[in-house]
Order: sequence, then structure tokens, then C-alpha cells
Amino acid sequence: MSVLNYTESPLAPASASYRHIIPAGDFWMHEIRAGQVLRILDLEGNQAADTLFYAAADFRERYSAQDTIRENASIYLTTGTKLYSNELNVLAEITADTCGRHDTLGGACSCEANTIRYGHGTRHMHSCRQSFLLGLMTWPHATGFDLNKRDIPPNINFFMNVPVTPEGGLQFADGVSSPGKYVELTARMDLVCLISNCPQLNNPCNGWNPTPVEVLIWNP
Amino acid sequence: MPLLTPPAPSGTSFTTQRPTGPIPQPAPIPADRLLLEETLPGGTAVSFNVRRHTTLRLTALEAGANVSFLCFNRAEPVDRYNLPDTLKGQHTAKLTTGCLLYSDMGRALFSITGDTLGWHDPLGGHDTAAHVAKKWGHLDYQTSRNAWHRNSRDHFLIELAKHGLNARDLVPNINFFSKLETSPAGALSFVPNHARAGDHLDLRAELDVLVILTTCHHPLDTAPAYGPKPVLLQLHATPPPASDDYCRTYRPENERALYNSERFSL
Repeated sequence: MSVLNYTESPLAPASASYRHIIPAGDFWMHEIRAGQVLRILDLEGNQAADTLFYAAADFRERYSAQDTIRENASIYLTTGTKLYSNELNVLAEITADTCGRHDTLGGACSCEANTIRYGHGTRHMHSCRQSFLLGLMTWPHATGFDLNKRDIPPNINFFMNVPVTPEGGLQFADGVSSPGKYVELTARMDLVCLISNCPQLNNPCNGWNPTPVEVLIWNP
Repeated sequence: MPLLTPPAPSGTSFTTQRPTGPIPQPAPIPADRLLLEETLPGGTAVSFNVRRHTTLRLTALEAGANVSFLCFNRAEPVDRYNLPDTLKGQHTAKLTTGCLLYSDMGRALFSITGDTLGWHDPLGGHDTAAHVAKKWGHLDYQTSRNAWHRNSRDHFLIELAKHGLNARDLVPNINFFSKLETSPAGALSFVPNHARAGDHLDLRAELDVLVILTTCHHPLDTAPAYGPKPVLLQLHATPPPASDDYCRTYRPENERALYNSERFSL
């Protein structure tokens, strides 16, 4: 295990302007204005919060995993990481993290990818990409964007540990998260956040037990 | 045609087993199999179709070449190469012989059937006009004509538009012939001159595929001067993957991805 970077937040949950618990397998889509702080709280531990960000003014600008890891020169996300858009603008910055690091290479599960990873018997189980699609399809402010699967780029997996070895292997290691760990982001532009609280039942990374996460928002 | 049935599931084992025995090496292309041969100058781009079970060979004509590469299911371009699905399905953060390029609909688009280099970069993304200008200065067309400084982002947008696609289809790309090193702490760094002149890899199409590629610099290239290198493109006819095909048996996941391509092609 390499270095984990822990940074506590001074913000008190009692002063949050918004709190919501996302059940396992559900999605949450919400505007985050520039300067607001979003905390994602792993209530029961090792739960994957599959997360995307869009520029509120134009969903064609969205989170970019490749640009984020390249511009930060790091494959892991933690305090100090700037989240870049596909237009190379900073969407948000991670300003607190009690988990230590987060993954952005593993992407989101889908029914179709599940047939590859686990076998065709899992084809009709729930998956993150179903949640992402339903989120985009039902977002009331998206009229005119004609959103579809093209608008789901590779996401962030908060609380997931997917180490890359120097030999170029990709491991699915034991979680580094635990109950009560959280990550906090400060928005640098007006954003829409889309979280799929991962329903995956076939992967030991969440102990085969998807659990709820909480989101909290503070005004600047 | 026999009834198509799904391959067995592999359970929930997350150990990373690879085939034992020798890794297949790319063989010379027999003259009677060669369908097309083109040299692409450095800093340029092209888009073209590769028919199912035809193989695309890319050859670095000079050391330090880079090919920034996108691919789409030709019949249904909303089905396209997916970086995370490809990496996690094969437990890899590099691309080389044995690896498949998975689409986001769970299909195999290409199989890497041969590779003289051992490591191609799936992580670094592509360069933009700002990257090029910051490192090597801005040389515009008015001043420099064909010696102007070019970048993958602009090429990708132009080639996507030729096929009715746009910036929303500009998904994470591969950089063939380039390598990024990862430290145990996760820091990324560019390995200069990874490809030697003559290094090549073979990509066998598992569906009819639309390819868009550029020969611009890798975005983290540390070369002292702008100078993207030329690349040779060759298409040749190859048989479909046999039951003991190296790519098919590289991971149990690959068998199921090839099944999904087969199912799409019924």
C-alpha cells in the first residue's frame, strides 16, 4: 500500500444547506454552484459512489478522467486534485478527503460490461450505467441537449481502490474506505453532479453488499 | 450456422491469470493478403473503415512515434471504445498482445494479435493546441504553411465531424507507441522514445470498425522540438479468431466479449 493522504474538513454537518441519503442502486442529480462544497459520505464503508460532473451551462463540457490524471500527473484522486473538464477547465477541486485516494480508471458497471466481467447470467442485474442514463433522461433542465449514452464519460469512483502496478497491471485491492469516511469537493464553476450509488452485487470490492451514501452541500 | 450460446461465467475470482507459453509475434504480411498500404506523415490524421476480421498493422517509421487512436462500431457509432471497461475487464493498465479493445456495449472492437513493443498507453489522452504552444511555441498556417504545429484535439474534431459525430463523441483515446510510467504513489511520467523505428502492432477487427487516428505528439511528450513522426498503415486479410486464439484465451472476459461481437453480427 502506498501513501494515503488524509485531510479533515472544518465543516460541520449541522451547518450544511442540503443533506440527502442516496440508497444503494439509486442515483442523485443535483446542481452545485461555484463556491459550494459537496461532501460525499461513505456511511457503511467501501461503497462505490460513481460520480460525474457537467458544466451546468452546457453538458457538452463534462468531467474528463484522462485530462484529470494527466494534468494532475497522478492516477489517484485525493486532496488537492483538480477535476478537469474535456475543455481543460477546472470543474472542482478536492478540498478534504479522509479516505486517502479514489479511483478514476475503473469506470462504471453496465449490464453489457457485466456480461464480460461476470458472465451473461448477470445481464439483467441493475448497474451504474442504467442509473446514469435514467438520470440524464429525466433531468428536467436538459431540454434541448438531447442527452444520451454519448454524454456518459468515464467517471470517478469515490471510495474505490484500483492500484496500478509499475508493470502495468490493474488490481482490485481491498477498500481503503470505512464507515464515516468522506471526500469533499469545492466547485469552481456552476456544475451538475450525477452520482450512481453502485448497485454491483458481483464484485468483492464492496463486500458484495451495496450500501447507502450521504451527500451534503454547504454554501460559501 | 450452429446455435450461438454464451461462454461460461468465470465466477467472481479477481486473480489475474495470463496464458502460459510464448506470446505470438507479428509475422511478415504475405503479399497476397495485403489490401492497403499508406504512409501517414507526422502530425496528420485519417479516418477509415476496417472490416470485420481484417487486420490493421501500424508501424512506427521513426523512433518516438505516437498514434492517438479512437474506434467506433461502424454500424452503430454510439457504440465505441471504452477505456475503463477495456482496462478493468483485462486487469491491465497497458495495452499489448492478447488485449481486446472493448466497446461500451460489451463488444470486442479490435484484438491486439501482435506487438513488438509490449506497452501502449491507454491513459494519457491527446494533445491540444495549448499543449503544443506551451512546449514548442505556436506556428500558425499563415506563417508556416505545411510546417505549422498541429494537434490531435483539432484533428479528432475534424475527423469526427466527417462522420456526423462531434465533441460529445471524443471519448478517451489510446496512444499507440507511447508509454507512461506509474510510480507506486500513482505519479505519472512520460517515457521518451519508447517506440523504435520499425516497431509495429496488429489490430484485428472483431466488428466493422470506424478508426480515427492522428500521428501527433503524445500530450506528455518531452521532445525538445516539435517533430511528430510518420507511421505506416497496412490492412491485410486475416482469418476469424480460432477457438485457441491467443486473444480469445488471454482472459475469460475476452471470450465473452468476442461472443458479444458474434451476437451483434448475426
